[in-house]
Amino acid sequence: MSNYNFAYLDEGTKRMIRRAILKAVAVPGYQVPFASREMPMPYGWGTGGVQVTAACLTPEDTLKVIDQGADDTTNAVSIRKFFQRTAGVAVTERTLEASIIQTRHRIPETPLGPDQILVYQVPIPEPLRFLEPRETETRRMHALQDYGLMHVKLYEDIARNGEIATSYAYPVTVAGRYVMDPSPIPKFDNPKLSDSPALQLFGAGREQRIYAVPPHTRVVSLDFEDHPFVASKAPHACDLCGDEGSYLDEVITDDAGGRMFVCSDTDHCATRRAAGHAGRLAPVGDAA
Amino acid sequence: MSGDTPLLSVRGLTKSYGTRLGCADVTFDLWPGEVMGIVGESGSGKSTLLGCMAGHLAPDAGAVVFDTRADGPRDVLAMSEPERRMLARTDWAFVHQNPRDGLRMGVSAGGNVGERLMAVGARHYGQIRAQAVDWLDRVEIAADRIDDRPRQFSGGMQQRLQIARNLVTGPRLVFMDEPTGGLDVSVQARLLDLLRGLVRQMGLSAVIVTHDLAVVRLLADRLMVMKDGLVVETGLTDQVLDDPQHAYTQLLVASVLQA
Repeated sequence: MSNYNFAYLDEGTKRMIRRAILKAVAVPGYQVPFASREMPMPYGWGTGGVQVTAACLTPEDTLKVIDQGADDTTNAVSIRKFFQRTAGVAVTERTLEASIIQTRHRIPETPLGPDQILVYQVPIPEPLRFLEPRETETRRMHALQDYGLMHVKLYEDIARNGEIATSYAYPVTVAGRYVMDPSPIPKFDNPKLSDSPALQLFGAGREQRIYAVPPHTRVVSLDFEDHPFVASKAPHACDLCGDEGSYLDEVITDDAGGRMFVCSDTDHCATRRAAGHAGRLAPVGDAA
Repeated sequence: MSGDTPLLSVRGLTKSYGTRLGCADVTFDLWPGEVMGIVGESGSGKSTLLGCMAGHLAPDAGAVVFDTRADGPRDVLAMSEPERRMLARTDWAFVHQNPRDGLRMGVSAGGNVGERLMAVGARHYGQIRAQAVDWLDRVEIAADRIDDRPRQFSGGMQQRLQIARNLVTGPRLVFMDEPTGGLDVSVQARLLDLLRGLVRQMGLSAVIVTHDLAVVRLLADRLMVMKDGLVVETGLTDQVLDDPQHAYTQLLVASVLQA
C-alpha cells in the first residue's frame, strides 16, 4: 500500500485527468483529449475507465466494478482488486451502496442516485469512426454538427436487415448537440442514459479521450420517423429471479440445445432472489 | 433570383502555390440555366479554379458571389464554414472525375443517394428510399441494385450514381471536374446524353472542367480557354471552337484527333 500513491496514479496525472473531466462535464458529449497513461493492464481492458475512476476516487468512496453487468467476471474482479490494493477503498457488489461504479457494457438495472458516479470503459469513442476514418474530418464534422452520415449508417442497417440492427453502441445525441458513442452498452440501456441523476463519465484509454453526460441531461437515441428507436431485449423472463423487465444473458447449459436466460446484472438478480422472487429454473429453496 | 442577376459571379479569382501560379485574375458571370465549359491542357489551372469556386481550396484573392435562395447574392468566400457546407449540399453539387472521390464505396447505392437528404434533415426512411429509387431510375440504374455497393458497379454506373447522389437535393449549380474522364466512348456518350437531359430538364447551371473539346461542344453554352493559369479566350462554344482567335486555342482545336 505504501508503495503506491493513493489510487495508483500520481497527483499530477490525476489533476490532468480531472481537468479533462471538468471540461467534458462542461461540454456534454464532447470528446476531450487527455494524456492517457500506461496502466498495469492491456489496452482494451479498461485503462480509460480505470484512469477516470482513479482520478475520481476519495478514501471515503465505495467502489463497485461490473463487466457485462456481472461483478464476478475476470475483468471486474481484477479491477476491483487493483483499487482495493492501491487505494484501500471499500468495495461492494450492491449498486445502491456504491458511490463510484466502473462499468463495461452495461448500466445497472437499479436506478442510480445523485450521489453516484458511473464510469464507462470505452473502446472506440468516435461514433463516426467506421463511416469516416479521418480523425481531422470527424472532428470537423462534430464542430459543424454535420451528422448526416450517422443516419446513413442507420439507413444501411434498415436497407440490409429491414430494421435498425445496431444493438449495442447505439449512437445518441447529447443535450441536443453532440452525437456520442455510449460505449458498447446494449441499446436496451440507452433510455437510462437520459436524465439520470448520476454523473456519467466515459474514459477511452487507448484513444485518449474522456467525455461525460452530466446529471439530468437529455440523451436521445438517433432513429427515423418510420423506424423509431426500440430498446430491445430477449423476449423472456429471467430463469433465476423471474424478472421480465431486465436485460438478459443467454446461457447454454448442455450439448442438447438446453439454455437458460438470466439477468446480466448479477446484483439485480441476487437482490430479487433474496427478496423471494423465483424464476423457472431457480433451485428449490434458493428463494429462502 | 431575378433574371438580371447572375447565379454565380466570379471576380478576380487568384490562387498561387508558393511562387507557382494556380490561376490568376479569373472573372466571369454564370447565368441561370447556363453551362460554362473550361478547357485547357493539364496544369493550366482549370481544376484549381474549380476547387476555388467550390470552396475546396482557399483562393488568395477574389470573390465568388452566389445568388442564394434566401439572402440574394453573397460572397461564398466570406461565408462561415457551416453556411458553405449547407450550400454545398443543397444548392451546389460537385461531380468528381473519379467516382471514388465522390461516393462512399462502402455504403449502398441507396445510402449514397440518401446521404445528402439525411444531411439536410430528412428523417423518414420510406421517403428517403423512394427518392433514391426515383433518382436511380433517372440515371438509368436498375432499382434492384439499390442495396448494392458502388464497388460492384461498373465505372459508368459509378459515375451515374455520383450524379444521382449530387442532384437529389435539386441543386441549382453543378461543378463537374472531367465528368467523362476514364470512361470508354460509348459509355461517355450515354453519360453525356444523360447529363444534357438533366441539365435541360432541371434548368441547371453548370461549370464543366474538361480537356475534351467534344464534351464541351455537346454540353457547354459558353467556353473559357485557360493556359498557364490565365484565361486566354472566352466566347460562345461554337464560336470559340470553329473560329479560335488565340494562338493557344487554335493549337488546342487543331490538336483534336479526327476519328
